[in-house]
Amino acid sequence: MATAQSTRTTSITVEVDDMTYTDVVEPRMLLVQYLRERLGKTGTLVGCDTTNCGACTVHLDGQSVKSCTMFAVQADGHAVTTIEGLAQGGELHPMQKAFHEKHALQCGFCTPGMIMQSIDLIKEHPDPDEHTVRDGLEGNLCRCTGYQNIVAAVQEAARTTRESAVSTTEEGAA
Amino acid sequence: MIPSAFDYHAPTSLDEALTLLAQGGDDAKILAGGQSLIPVMRLRLAGPELLIDLGRIDGLRGIEDDGDAVRIGAMTPHHDIASSALLGEHAALLCAAARTVADPQVRHRGTFGGALVHADPAGDMPAPALVLGAEFVIAGAGGIRTVSATDFFEGLFTTAVGEDEILTHVRIPKHTGWGARYEKFTRVAQQWSIVAVAATVRAEGSAIAEARVGLTNMGSVPIRAERVEAALAGCALEEAAIARACASAAEGTDPPTDTNGDADYRRHLATVLATRAVLSAAGG
Amino acid sequence: MTVTEIGSPRRRKEDQRLITGRTRYTDNIVLPGMLHLAMVRSPFAHATITTIDTHDATSSPGVVAVLTGRDVADEQGSLPCAWPITPDQKAPPHPAIAVDHVAFAGEVVACVIARSAAEARDAIELIDIDYDELPVVLDLEEALTDATLAHPDLGTNKSATWVFDSAEAGTGDDVAQALAASELVLERTYLQQRLIPAFMEPRSTVVDPTGEQITMWSATQVPHLLRLMLALTLSIPEGKVRVVAPDVGGGFGGKLQVTPEEVITMLAARRTGKPCKYTETRSESLMAAHHGRGQVQRLKLGATREGIVTGLSVDLLADMGAYLGLVTPGVPILGAFMYNSIYKFAAYRFSCTNLFTNKAWTDAYRGAGRPEATFAIERLMDDLAHELDMDPVELRRKNWIKHEEFPFSTIAGLEYDSGNYEAATDRALELFGYDDLCAERDRRRAAGDRVQLGIGVSTFTEMCGLAPSRVLGALSYAAGGWEHAQVRVLPTGAVEVVTGVSGHGQGHETAWSQIVADRLGVPFDSIEVLHGDTQTSQKGLDTYGSRSLVVGGMAVVAAADKVIEKARTVAAHLLEASTDDIEFAEGRFSVRGTDQGLALGEIAFATFSAHNLPDGFEPSLDSDATFDPENFSFPHGTHLAAMEVDTETGEVTLRKYVCVDDIGNVINPMIVDGQVHGGLVQGIAQALFEEAVHDESGTLVSGSFVDYLVPSAADLPSFTTDRTVTPSTTNALGVKGVGEAGTIASTPAIVNGVLDAIRHLGVQDIAMPCSPHRVWKALQDGASKGLGAEEPVPDRVAPEQDAGPMNSSGNLPTGDFQ
Repeated sequence: MATAQSTRTTSITVEVDDMTYTDVVEPRMLLVQYLRERLGKTGTLVGCDTTNCGACTVHLDGQSVKSCTMFAVQADGHAVTTIEGLAQGGELHPMQKAFHEKHALQCGFCTPGMIMQSIDLIKEHPDPDEHTVRDGLEGNLCRCTGYQNIVAAVQEAARTTRESAVSTTEEGAA
Repeated sequence: MIPSAFDYHAPTSLDEALTLLAQGGDDAKILAGGQSLIPVMRLRLAGPELLIDLGRIDGLRGIEDDGDAVRIGAMTPHHDIASSALLGEHAALLCAAARTVADPQVRHRGTFGGALVHADPAGDMPAPALVLGAEFVIAGAGGIRTVSATDFFEGLFTTAVGEDEILTHVRIPKHTGWGARYEKFTRVAQQWSIVAVAATVRAEGSAIAEARVGLTNMGSVPIRAERVEAALAGCALEEAAIARACASAAEGTDPPTDTNGDADYRRHLATVLATRAVLSAAGG
Repeated sequence: MTVTEIGSPRRRKEDQRLITGRTRYTDNIVLPGMLHLAMVRSPFAHATITTIDTHDATSSPGVVAVLTGRDVADEQGSLPCAWPITPDQKAPPHPAIAVDHVAFAGEVVACVIARSAAEARDAIELIDIDYDELPVVLDLEEALTDATLAHPDLGTNKSATWVFDSAEAGTGDDVAQALAASELVLERTYLQQRLIPAFMEPRSTVVDPTGEQITMWSATQVPHLLRLMLALTLSIPEGKVRVVAPDVGGGFGGKLQVTPEEVITMLAARRTGKPCKYTETRSESLMAAHHGRGQVQRLKLGATREGIVTGLSVDLLADMGAYLGLVTPGVPILGAFMYNSIYKFAAYRFSCTNLFTNKAWTDAYRGAGRPEATFAIERLMDDLAHELDMDPVELRRKNWIKHEEFPFSTIAGLEYDSGNYEAATDRALELFGYDDLCAERDRRRAAGDRVQLGIGVSTFTEMCGLAPSRVLGALSYAAGGWEHAQVRVLPTGAVEVVTGVSGHGQGHETAWSQIVADRLGVPFDSIEVLHGDTQTSQKGLDTYGSRSLVVGGMAVVAAADKVIEKARTVAAHLLEASTDDIEFAEGRFSVRGTDQGLALGEIAFATFSAHNLPDGFEPSLDSDATFDPENFSFPHGTHLAAMEVDTETGEVTLRKYVCVDDIGNVINPMIVDGQVHGGLVQGIAQALFEEAVHDESGTLVSGSFVDYLVPSAADLPSFTTDRTVTPSTTNALGVKGVGEAGTIASTPAIVNGVLDAIRHLGVQDIAMPCSPHRVWKALQDGASKGLGAEEPVPDRVAPEQDAGPMNSSGNLPTGDFQ
C-alpha cells in the first residue's frame, strides 16, 4: 500500500432533488445508501444485490442509473434526482399521475425505480410503442402488476407529455 | 450488499492514475463504469484495497472520426456507443451489440473499455471488437502501446492490459456500410448471453463479399469463426447457402455447461444463430 | 341502498404515498440508538457444528455482541408449525439460530449485533466456524427410501402421510376398482419444481424493546399471527407484544411466516435493551426465505373411450425442505380438494407423503397447493384429449359440472356454491379466436414450419376465501379462518374502518372504502382504513389464500350494518318515530312518508355529545363484527394460450393469452385486473422461467436474480382478460376472491400449449420450466421419449459447475476488473 494517509473517508458535495449537500462518507458507501441513510431519502429502495431489479433507479445528471451500482463518491459534483424530487410545487409529475391513473402499482416497492426509468424512457422515445416500452423497462422487475398497466401508464405519460409540449410550443409561438 | 472498505482516489490525469496504479500493485483496481466491478464487490467476491476512479480524467470519453478508423475513448458508456451515428455508419456491429448490454440504466454507466478489460466470456462487447479488428491503445509507465484484437483477449477474465497499465482508447477500423447483426440468445431480456453471434457483412449484389463472424460465450475468450468467414466469402445471399457456410461455427469452441444449457446445446445454438445473424446482417 | 362505489374502478388511496416515495417500508425505520444485525449462515446443507470462534468478531469495531445458538438455546424455543396434518406428524425441533447442527444451506448459525450495518457485515468475516459435513438428501424419491436422513435424529424423512379416499369418505366409489374397470387409464408423473416467492421488498425486521410493549415492525403479511406466535414461542405475555406491518412490498405467501430472523431480532433487542434492525440481502432472501411448490405427482386417470373420466388417483411426494414452517405440511393438503377441479369424477383418491430434505423449507406460495393440483389435472385432461384425438375443450365440456347443477357436492367433499364454466369458456374461445388459431397450428404442422404453434387450454376452479373455521379444525390447522372489522363514525361524520386483514399491495384501503361508502352512504374520501398494527387492529387473521375480501370484506359489511342499526335507534329517538318507520338510504335516516331526517354524521355527533339518547343506549355507534365464512369460495375461469416454439433453438414465445375468470361480484374492476395480470405472470414464469436449482451438495445455485429468472416487462406480452359474473351465494357481497386465480390457471395453459406445438414431433412431456434447452432436448429425444418426464428434474446440476453468481458462464472472475 502506497498512500501515506488513509483515504477511507472523503468529502463529497452532491445536489439531490434541488438541494446541495456536503457530507463526509466512506468511499464504499453506495449512492443508494447515501440517499437513504445519510439524507433520509427513503423513497429510493434496495431490492437486490446484483443490479437486476432496478428499485434503486434515480437520475444522475438527467440520466437513469442504478444507485446501488454507484458509490456516493462518484456522484461528487453531480446532480441526483430521486422519486422524492419529481413533484414540483405540489404538482405530481405526469409519470406519477399516469401510474396512479392506470393502476400501474400494487405494493409500490418497484414503483420509484419504475417511474424514474420510465421518465428516462420517454425522454429517449417520446412516442414509444408497446415493444419499446417493454424493452426500455427490462432492467426493472415487478412482482405484483404483471407489467401490463405499467406499459399503459408509460404510454399515457408519453402522450400527455407530447401534448403539453405541443401546447407549450403553440403558446410560445402565439 | 455492503462492500469491504477501501481507499479511493479520483485522479484528474492519466499520469496520476498510472502512478497510483503502480503504487497500489495487487491491491489496486481501476474503477471505470463500475457496472461489473461494483456488483462483484457488493457480493464480497472481490475486495480491492484501493480503487482508482478514472471518471474525472479528461479525454478518455468520446467517439471521433480518426481517418480509417473510429476512435473510442475507453470511458465511453455503452449508451453513447449504441446511439452513435458515426459508429452506426462505420461499425454498426458495435452499436448493435451495445444496445443489448444489460439494461438501459447499466448502459448509461457501463463503459466500453471497462467491459473489454473485464473480459467476461459472456460479455457482449469483446466479440464485436475482435471481429472488427479493434486496436487497443494501452498506457503504462513506459508510454503508449497498441495491441491488436487477436492478442488482446488472453484467457478467462484476462487481457493484455498489464497490472500497471490502463486501456485509454480503442480504434475500430471502419467497416463503412457493412450490414450488422448481434444475435443474442437469452431466456430473459436482461440476462447475460447464453450464446451470441456477432456478424457483420459486406454484400455485393446477391452475394456476400466478405463477412466477419464472432462468438460470445463459446469459450473463455471471444472466438472468431474464421472457417465460417472463409466459407461466406462469395456465398449466395440465400438461407440454405449461408447455413451451409455457418455449419462449422462451433468448431474449436469450448462452451460452458450451466443451468441454461450444456455444451452440446451451445454448439448447436452457435451454428443456428450464426446463420440467422449473417442472414440478417446481409439484409435478408 | 344505491350502489355507486362498488363496481367502480376507483383509483387507489394507497398510491399517493407510494408514487412519491413517502413510504414506510420496514428498512426505512430508524430509531435512537438502533443496532444492526447481520447473520452468519451455514454454507453446508447438512453438517454438525463443531466449533464457533466469535472472539475476533466480538472485538471488531462497532460490534456490541455476537449470538450463537448456544447463547440463546434456553430462550429461542422452536419456530412454530401451526398445522400438524396428522396426529403422528414428525418434525425436528426448529431453532431460530442453529445450535449444534444445520439442516440446509443458509441456516443461521450466528448473529452479529453492531452499531452500523457495515460494521456488522464486516464482523461476519471474522467468525470462524468448523463444520463436520454430513450426507445430504435432496431428491424426493431418494428421501422416500430413508437411505440418507435429512435429520438423523428423526429416524426417517417421512413427516406425515395424508390420505383422502372417496369410498372411505362416502363421496364416491373406490378408485382402484374404478380404474380397473376403465377402458383407458393414463399414468403420468409430473413434477412441480421448487420456486422462490421473490417478493420485491427483501424481508426486514425492527424490534424496539424500550416501550411498555415490545414493538416489532416487520415486512410480514401476518402481523396478528406473528404476534401470537412470538408470544408463544418466546414465552412473552401476549399483551406485551405489538407487531406492526407497515408498508410491505409484496408477499405472495412468502411473508406468511414466523421467521428465524424475526425471532433473532427480538432476542437481540431484549438482550441489548436497544432497538435492533435486520434487513436481508436478496441473496439471503432467495436462499433462506421459504420456498414454494416442490412435488412429484404420480397420477392415474381412468376414462371411457368417449372421454368421460371415471376416476383419479393422486400420489404425491411433497418436499417440506429441512423444517416445517408455519403452514408447510398443510400446503399440499389444500390441493387435495382440487384435483377433481371443475369435473364430476365418480372416484378419487389422494395420498400425500410429506418428506424432509436438506433444503430451505417450503411453505405457502401463491395458490399454496391449488396450482399444483390444477396443473396435474389440466395436464392430464390435455394428455387424455390427445390420447382420444379429441378437442381439449370438448373433453372438458363433457366432464365439467354444468351450470344448472350448482350448488354441487364434489367427490372431494366440497360444495361449490355457484359457477358457469360454459359462459366463461365460450367467451374465452371467442376472444381468443380459437378456431382460427387451431387452423393456423394445423397449417404450420402440415408445412413443417420451423416455428410451430400450440394451443394450451386450462380451466380451473379453486377453493379460497380461507376459511370456514370448522373445516380448518377438521384438517387439524391450529387457528381459525374468521376475520374481524370495526367501523367507527367520528363526531365529524368521518368514518374509520379497522380491518384485521393485512394488505401488501392489494388495495384494501381503497376497496374497503368503496364497500363502506356504499353501505353507510358516506363519501369515499371521508373513510380511513386502518390495518396492519396489532394495537390498532385488535383482532385478525391477516392476508393470504384470497381471503381478504371474501372474509374480511364481509366482516366490514357486518360491522357497518351494526352501525346502521345503532344509528337507526338514535334516529328514531331524535325524530320521535318508531324504529320500524325509520328508513336508511344514501347516508340518511328518514321517517317513512315524510321529509324529516338526519344524516349519519348528525347522528354521530349527537351520539358523541350524548345529550339526548334513548334510555340505556350506550353512547357509541362504533361496532365490531367477526365473520366466520360458511364455505370456501370458488372462483373459476378458462385460460387459453397460443405458444410458439422455435424447433431449431427450443425457444418458447407466448404469442397470445386470453383468460375469462369468474370471481363473483366485482368491487373494483381495476384492482381485479391488476391481480389477474400479476397472477398470470407468476404462473407463466413457473412454466417458462423460474426454478430453485441446487447442486449436488445442496447449495442453491439460482441464488440471485442473475440465475433465478423473474421476468421483466420485456419478456412477456400483454394479456386479454375478461370476466363473467356469477355471484357467490355464500356471502352477502357475492364475491369470490381473485388474488391467486391467475397463477393457478396459467401454468398448465402454457405447458399444454408448448406440448400441443410439438407433440407430433414425438414429445410427450417437458419438465418445467420449459427452457429452450429442455425443449430442444425433448425434440432431439423425439419419439424415443417415454411417458411423463422420465428424467428426474435436475434440481441438482453437474458437480463441475461453479455457482458463480455474477456470470452466466458460471465461472468466478479471477482477473482484473474495470
